[in-house]
Amino acid sequence: MNKSNRLWVILFIIGAVLVAGRMLISQSLIGKAYVQAVPVNADEENEDHKWTLYEQSSQTKFNEAVLEDPNQTKYLFSFSRTIGVWIAALLTIFVLSFLIRDNPLYKFAESIFIGISAAYWMVVGFWSTVVPNLFGKLSPDMVRDWAMPGLGIDERVELMYIVPLVLGLMLLWILSPKGGWISRWPTAFIIGVFCGLRLITFIHADFLSQIRNGIAPLWMVDSSGSFDFWESLRNVFLIIGVLSCLVYFFFSFEHKGIIGKTAKLGIWFMMITFGAAFGYTVMGRIALLAIRLEFLFDDWLWLIDPTGKRLEAVISMLGLF
Amino acid sequence: MKRQIPLLIAMIAGFVMIVAYFIPYTVSWGDTVIVWFDVLAAIAFVLGGGNLLKVHLKKTSDQVPGWGYSVITIVAFVIMLVIGLGKIGVNPAAKYPEFAWSGKFSEMGSPFWWLYEYVFKPLQATIFSMLAFYVASAAFRAFRAKNIEAILLLATAFIILLGRTAAGPALTGWFPDAIEGLEADKLTSYLMTVFNTAGNRAIMIGIALGTASVSLKILLGVERSYLGSGEE
Repeated sequence: MNKSNRLWVILFIIGAVLVAGRMLISQSLIGKAYVQAVPVNADEENEDHKWTLYEQSSQTKFNEAVLEDPNQTKYLFSFSRTIGVWIAALLTIFVLSFLIRDNPLYKFAESIFIGISAAYWMVVGFWSTVVPNLFGKLSPDMVRDWAMPGLGIDERVELMYIVPLVLGLMLLWILSPKGGWISRWPTAFIIGVFCGLRLITFIHADFLSQIRNGIAPLWMVDSSGSFDFWESLRNVFLIIGVLSCLVYFFFSFEHKGIIGKTAKLGIWFMMITFGAAFGYTVMGRIALLAIRLEFLFDDWLWLIDPTGKRLEAVISMLGLF
Repeated sequence: MKRQIPLLIAMIAGFVMIVAYFIPYTVSWGDTVIVWFDVLAAIAFVLGGGNLLKVHLKKTSDQVPGWGYSVITIVAFVIMLVIGLGKIGVNPAAKYPEFAWSGKFSEMGSPFWWLYEYVFKPLQATIFSMLAFYVASAAFRAFRAKNIEAILLLATAFIILLGRTAAGPALTGWFPDAIEGLEADKLTSYLMTVFNTAGNRAIMIGIALGTASVSLKILLGVERSYLGSGEE
């Protein structure tokens, strides 16, 4: 075993010991999931049409219910979801381990993520789009009897939906070693629709609406009818900013003299815009990271208790609540 | 044939979308084309999955270094796919109990939901959250306040980070009334509504013009790079 692998093994053992120690200290409170059983009686007369759904619940509710009736079955400890919390925590740590450097645990988590995400979007696409919008149009009776009993009874077979079916099959042809040109037809369709759609939406929603919103009065008055200096200054800045940025994007003239100075001002406005975008990006990512750390330290290990739910659970367990 | 028909398809599909916007009679044409587009987009996910399998099966069969990870990817892919497409563990919809397949594929408590909730979601969120470190690290290495542009960018980012968190008001809340406009949260608000709006507005106008011109070039067959090199 080389030095690097030895380091990883030591880190792994230290982590496992710390988690085990944490479990010993508060064995009934870390990384556990509870559910609420919700019976569904779809058909009173048929026993086969009765089942139970399990919604997320909390340990506090479970403890309260047990104190009230030790034999209750409404609130339950969920073994599968508890395993889920532990797997989620381990995978989170595996991914975060990449911050030290690339390692087998990260690669393991990454490989799972690639496989799972590809399959997830395939399943979503199949059940949300292909079944209702393709099979449902080509064979409504079959789809109604199979997966979508709520499909309208007046739905007729629409043979023109053979076109997307054929185009879809042609798209898959790209996986074949020969005849790759066949996939150009569906690709052209996708690109054509996308261009047509974007041409209209960008002109309408971005170009025209931005110009419309940019045309603002430079002389603003307040509710009492007197001159509003700050609002007027705001509009002046807005218009100067938009025009100077547009001058920067205008390359038909060399950026010299007054055009060069205006373009320079435009660059300054855009730098402020990029700075704001950068600040928001960093904040967004840090917020995501905070959520993951909160999951690890609150939901899993209970080293923090920002919402007080754990303390509540302890109190309810003691029967003091 | 191999290049002309795709050009024609792109042109017809694109112009149907444009015409549907202007002529009420043709609105349904546009709606139909959009549904076809959605179906093709969904089938493109199948293409993505198929390609993933092809690549990783080849890596596995060739036993290239790291092929074990390809096996993990394939296993994860197949398990998620079978569970999701087979609606395994999903109850029927309460309204239609006699139809076994009528339940929602992502029903809470089902194996598909479990894999999404406890594997897919944490992995996705953690991978995206790691960008916080890389953005900060890249910024530390690349950003140097050498000129006015860099100073403006850095100062704005700093003010926004301060103003949109509790730190800003805590640090600058004591400013006297005469300069209360310089308090981090108020300055952030002003920067966002005036300077940021102006810059974004110009960028959006530029993007819209660029998109419109490239779209027209593609629809009219001037831009053909999406058809590939034409070797086949």
